[in-house]
Amino acid sequence: MTLQMNRREFLAGSGALVVSVLLPGVQNAAAATQASRHDLKPDQLSSYISINQDGSAVGWVGKVDMGQGTDIGWIKIIADELDLHPDRVSMVQGHTEETVDQGGASGSTGIWRAGLALRNAAAEARLTLVEMAAAKLGVAADQLVVDNGVVSVKGTPGKKTTYGELIGGKHFNVQLEWNKQYGNLLLVKGRAKPKAASEYKVVGKPGTRRRGIAAKLYGTAENMVDVKVPGMLHGRVIRPPVAGAIPVAVDEASVKNIPGVKVVWQKGFIGLVAPKEWDAVRAARALKVTWSDVKPPFPDQKEIYNHIRKAKVMKRDNEQNVGDVDAAFAGAARVVEATYEWPFQSHASMAPACAVADVRADQITVWTGGQKPHHCRDGVALMFGLPDEKVIVHSMVGPGSYGRNDSGDATMDAAVLSKAVGKPVRVQYMRHDGTQWDPKAPASVHTARAAVDKDGKVLAWHYESKGFSRQEFFRDEGKPERTLAGQLLDWPLKPVWLFGPPSESYKFDSRRLASETIAPLLDRASPLRTSHFRDPAGPQVHFGVESFMDELAIATNTDAVQFRMQYLSNKADLAVVKTVAEKANWQPHVGARKQLRGDVYVGQGLAYAVRGGTRVAVVAEVEVNRNTGKVWARRFYVAHDCGQVIAPDLVKQTLEAQIVQTASRALMEEVKFDNRNVTSTDWNTYPIFDIKDVPETIDITLLDHPEQPPFGAGEATVRPLSAALANAIFDATGVRLRQLPLTAEKIKAGWA
Amino acid sequence: MAKIELNVNGKSHTVEAEPDMPLLYALRDDLGMKEPRFGCGLAQCGACTVLMNGSPVRSCVTRVDSVGNAKITTLAGLGTPEKPHKVQAAFIEEQVPQCGFCLNGWVMTSVALLEKNPRPTDSQIREALSGLKCRCGTHMSILRAVKRAAQA
Repeated sequence: MTLQMNRREFLAGSGALVVSVLLPGVQNAAAATQASRHDLKPDQLSSYISINQDGSAVGWVGKVDMGQGTDIGWIKIIADELDLHPDRVSMVQGHTEETVDQGGASGSTGIWRAGLALRNAAAEARLTLVEMAAAKLGVAADQLVVDNGVVSVKGTPGKKTTYGELIGGKHFNVQLEWNKQYGNLLLVKGRAKPKAASEYKVVGKPGTRRRGIAAKLYGTAENMVDVKVPGMLHGRVIRPPVAGAIPVAVDEASVKNIPGVKVVWQKGFIGLVAPKEWDAVRAARALKVTWSDVKPPFPDQKEIYNHIRKAKVMKRDNEQNVGDVDAAFAGAARVVEATYEWPFQSHASMAPACAVADVRADQITVWTGGQKPHHCRDGVALMFGLPDEKVIVHSMVGPGSYGRNDSGDATMDAAVLSKAVGKPVRVQYMRHDGTQWDPKAPASVHTARAAVDKDGKVLAWHYESKGFSRQEFFRDEGKPERTLAGQLLDWPLKPVWLFGPPSESYKFDSRRLASETIAPLLDRASPLRTSHFRDPAGPQVHFGVESFMDELAIATNTDAVQFRMQYLSNKADLAVVKTVAEKANWQPHVGARKQLRGDVYVGQGLAYAVRGGTRVAVVAEVEVNRNTGKVWARRFYVAHDCGQVIAPDLVKQTLEAQIVQTASRALMEEVKFDNRNVTSTDWNTYPIFDIKDVPETIDITLLDHPEQPPFGAGEATVRPLSAALANAIFDATGVRLRQLPLTAEKIKAGWA
Repeated sequence: MAKIELNVNGKSHTVEAEPDMPLLYALRDDLGMKEPRFGCGLAQCGACTVLMNGSPVRSCVTRVDSVGNAKITTLAGLGTPEKPHKVQAAFIEEQVPQCGFCLNGWVMTSVALLEKNPRPTDSQIREALSGLKCRCGTHMSILRAVKRAAQA
């Protein structure tokens, strides 16, 4: 077995499997049906770990790596517990027939939650194997040692057996203690105690390389867009020019010259299929549709924050109320106040989503590039009234995914079209389907106040967020009404009102934190419907929090680092701030320094945040052109504490990419709309970072705590980044930007 | 429909297609190639990039009937695991891609850059690769990889 071997080759090569159906992804399912499916239960060891005939191991996980190398984290964890070389461990991820529902890629819980389940399962597998070896070799289990899957008697290395000989190709019949949860919260444990951190050989060490990279470079990797099944038609959907309009007439004659086109019109849903992809593309452009005359649903974009301020509150969450906040403000020598605003943002995934569905009367097969295959299965099953086990979802590599992007809509569109035409249908969205019509990160307004006494001590802090829901239609495609197709087919809506509180450890005597959620501008099939986008609501909330802390530090005549050292109560929080300040060679200062170097003002800004158990502090160094106001985020320094680090090189790489993506959101990204529709439809109307915009250096320090459990690393750094940039821009220019994106126009307006 | 000859990775192919169909669809759907990809259909991202007589073009907006005798090279035509192109080798060494969907643009454009300018400066690399998109944010790894390839 080699590093580059993919799952299919691996499974086929393991010898225990019969491959009967030659469809993309299906080999795994066919194989799994014989090899593992018999006992896919959350309390069975075999649902998480199996041993092949050659003694190599497979980890099975109901989550999906989206490219950051989470699978390598799992492999390292399993390898260390099993005493196997990581090259002899592979993962099967996300396939609904092969893995238990562990929630898909979600909330940076890949290592944080599933990693612990796999660690416990692998430890139990090793214990079981050593007990089997003890019986076979006729010695006590404590007389055995394991080296790369070879179990031998201490001092008598010739007396040995192997994992492959003990159980290869057969399954463990071992029950685990299961916490009765599915999804992210699923946890299992056995009798075995996982190893102490000091015993790990690959966990916490760099050097285990990600798999599948070479195949991507040689053009041989199989992506979602490469899935082809026999008899497959190509589908496209047609969206209305005014959001909320539905088709009232369709002129099929407008596409009669294009071969094989079949229009599918059901209630508000309209799409078409054609045997050739290009024919589907041009037919979707040519099809004449008459749309219902609806009132333009959106306010003037300039009014969006006023709309949020005035909008009826659907739900208020009083997240923290400590001490007598009102008395503190009433008795304050001074009150510092500010308001911050965050726009709608698009996932704008690298490619618009693609999906293939084959919907038959009693069996549905779906291929998805999304992050939650089990939820995809649940939604499709409900849509067509089949039990879950009649829907098979194959998890494919998609075009990146950082939350509930357009993938969940494409799978359901493909399924609706397939059901209508009785053939497998591949839907590949056009660019506008991905940018204009994907679920958006919510726009919001954040109000911060602090009560300060006559000596400049902060007595009380009051922070309120108000915005569109981070889960207007929940966070996945697990029910039909959570998809565009389901909404267009009139499934009853069940909106979830949720925003979220800050996560920090400032020890002010009293505090009040609350968030309020408002209704969507258009309740059904809206291009401004809102859901999860990387650290949902976290960047919005902490842009306000950490910008305000910078303002509060200045208002109390305190350096920004000193302010955190004075008020943060958590030791780990203090450690990340102290570390990043040292790394960035932070020079204590109060207020904007406006240091001019040539044609640019330079400045440094600090921000910190907590997400789950992960703590991160960032210093941004910016250059702002004195003439144009253009910002270059030239350097970032990051101190990151996610507990036990599993794969330090991969954590650093994912932080680096996370910083680039989030800096793009902070400096450039805002979904534009007029009163009829979203007008950000492509990369020109929704610009993101160009390579000319990315930093010169990103300096990352990981504070490793091997004695702790591992926490997530996929999202925490998103949280403080925008405020670090706004604070740096203030230091450079004296202009305080309280509304994203942090653009040159706004800086110049501040100078005027 | 017209019969159109294409020279792709050194092999001659004939496709039957509408003359205004973009080359991308001929490569993917008619020739079954996986490497050039649809990212926008608007020449704004580069995911569909191929080399045409050594120069990077966006196959999503290149009419298939405009190709003529030009030699098309795709990612798979650059090199193989046994004999990788130095840009492919460098991208693998630097472990560049996350989702990897955008790679065609970065790799093909880097290949063309290094043909013309074997020792580009950092700013020349940024200039040459400007206009390509990567949503995962792997740009720092891309810059390292192109520098590595230039030193190979």
